[in-house]
Amino acid sequence: MSGDVGNHRGNRHGAVRPMRVNTVIRRVGRFAAGWVRRLGFGGMFGLGGLVLLSAASAVGRFLLDPPRTDVEAILHAPSFDHPLGTDFSGRDNLQLLVRGGWDMLELAVVAGFLMSAIAVGVGLLGAFSGGLVDRIVVRLTDVWLTVPRFVLLLVIASLYPVSSTVALAALIAIFGWPYLARQIRAQALSLRSREYVEAARLLQLRTSHILLRYLVPAIAPFVVISTIQAMTQAIYQQVGLAFFGLVPLQDNWGVLFSAAFRQNALYLPSAAWSLLAPVAAICFLQFCLVLTSRSLEELFDPRLRSGK
Amino acid sequence: MRPLVTLVARALARMVAMLWLIASVTFLAIRALPGNPVDVWMQEMQGTGLTGDQARDQAARLLKIDVDESLVSQYVGYMRNLLRGDLGDSIILSPGTPVMEMLGVRLAWTLFSVSPALIVGFLIGLYLGSRAAYRRGTWLDRLITNGSALTDSMPPVLIGILLVFYVGVVWELVPIQSLRGAYSSGVQPGFTLDFALSALAHVIMPSMVYVLASVGGWTLMMRGSALGVLKDDYVAQARARGLSERTIRVSFVQRNARLPLVTGFAISMGFVVSGSVLVEEIFVYPGVGQLLADALALRDYTVMQGVVLATTVTVLIATAIADTLYGWLDPRTRTEYE
Repeated sequence: MSGDVGNHRGNRHGAVRPMRVNTVIRRVGRFAAGWVRRLGFGGMFGLGGLVLLSAASAVGRFLLDPPRTDVEAILHAPSFDHPLGTDFSGRDNLQLLVRGGWDMLELAVVAGFLMSAIAVGVGLLGAFSGGLVDRIVVRLTDVWLTVPRFVLLLVIASLYPVSSTVALAALIAIFGWPYLARQIRAQALSLRSREYVEAARLLQLRTSHILLRYLVPAIAPFVVISTIQAMTQAIYQQVGLAFFGLVPLQDNWGVLFSAAFRQNALYLPSAAWSLLAPVAAICFLQFCLVLTSRSLEELFDPRLRSGK
Repeated sequence: MRPLVTLVARALARMVAMLWLIASVTFLAIRALPGNPVDVWMQEMQGTGLTGDQARDQAARLLKIDVDESLVSQYVGYMRNLLRGDLGDSIILSPGTPVMEMLGVRLAWTLFSVSPALIVGFLIGLYLGSRAAYRRGTWLDRLITNGSALTDSMPPVLIGILLVFYVGVVWELVPIQSLRGAYSSGVQPGFTLDFALSALAHVIMPSMVYVLASVGGWTLMMRGSALGVLKDDYVAQARARGLSERTIRVSFVQRNARLPLVTGFAISMGFVVSGSVLVEEIFVYPGVGQLLADALALRDYTVMQGVVLATTVTVLIATAIADTLYGWLDPRTRTEYE
């Protein structure tokens, strides 16, 4: 044990405890410093923000009482009782935010994973089958990319209302995959022609072996990044859907802000907190996701890293 | 002359194919799937005291297709109407008005507010992106990149709300309440200076949202693209020849780095027209977006269908323009189509 600084006062047994704590702290510190260096300040900020948001909304759901309407406290400014003020029916904005966070994250995560799954599937299919299949994949992706998807999504979501989070996530995923699929395909294509893959192919290793041992580990970082990007897109879309009342959720931040908007909170300075709180929360979540994905990109892509 | 003809023919064929695809999807969604809204609507009409035949007649009159026939012949009828430019009549918003008529003016306002903003955002993005790439790792780069990442990740509707709130309500820099609509109520539309000034005053705020919403993405893309170009040999060679930094930046780096972005420009057109749905709702701007919002709220199916098709056409035309522009900006692609 090298951590012999600290409250060392001769008594070995008495000193063990503080020493250990010090060592642990120092190791944790070194570990954290390493990650800060690798991820950069932005990445740590993003990741930390995400952990904070998920923890707060996961735990807060059980700790906080469900928001109550309170006619005595309509549109109050922030106070000790209501740190973020109250909304148009007297509900506490902070409670609403904490409860809505879970809905928001749940939808973003499910939609993000589904979207990323479709994108990875389509992208890899195109890159590795080549020929006609690839041509079809590329054309399909391009067509779907050019179409005004959000308008279509709005119309479909209003004609065939969905009632569950998963169904909504699936709908968002179906409309959101093409951009990511194109990125994944490009990455897979460039990986496919790397020397070590060529070498494996020359050795006549089985395709499944090449895929699992060489390509999946190489492509994994891009899949992680594309999943995070898919989440930002899903949030983007669900905010739009919520604005038109097409989201079946109750406390979702998008629903909160559009409800406040419909109550004309924009033009009443006293109501602004119920509008700005969810807006700020959505922006913070988006910003954290973007920072995380950007720092992961720099971390995984040696070409970007080398210039530093 | 042959290559140009093939090029145009190919672009046209692609446009027609996409239009057909979208038209089919909307037909499927509105008419053909089980539980489709037209069936529901006809049932609702019967609920209000109309007989089955009356409900069917009314549906047929507004949709311009015989709802009793088989789905295939309904589809054929619908497509024939589309070819004639007949999108049916509005059901609820303004009953009986041809959708085409409603779309014309609305689309003009949307394009008027979106297009200049899109170009301005693109140009600012190119400038900031290459600036950041040149100063890689400095505080300027960090400021530009993180600022872009922030605005890029914000849904336009939130940018709009923040802009209205701070510029219009808190700081009271502009009289936001009187800037609703596309022009002031006292002004007559026409080729007059008053009208032009009024329209300009009303378009600034929504346009600013589009600029802010799009500039971040362009900046990030341009930065990435320029970083790649900066590493290329011809840049090093230009430096070795002793060309000025300005020449290198303008004629070598920017010229090559912006190329991949031009194709993205068309895609962004679709994105912004889509985004206008929400932004127009905030600014009460009478474009297609607001029309769609109204149609969604009142479940006016023919109008919804019309808006989807109109935005598709807009995006397709923008794509065609961007493709042509790309060929013009990058001489290498001209030889590609033999």
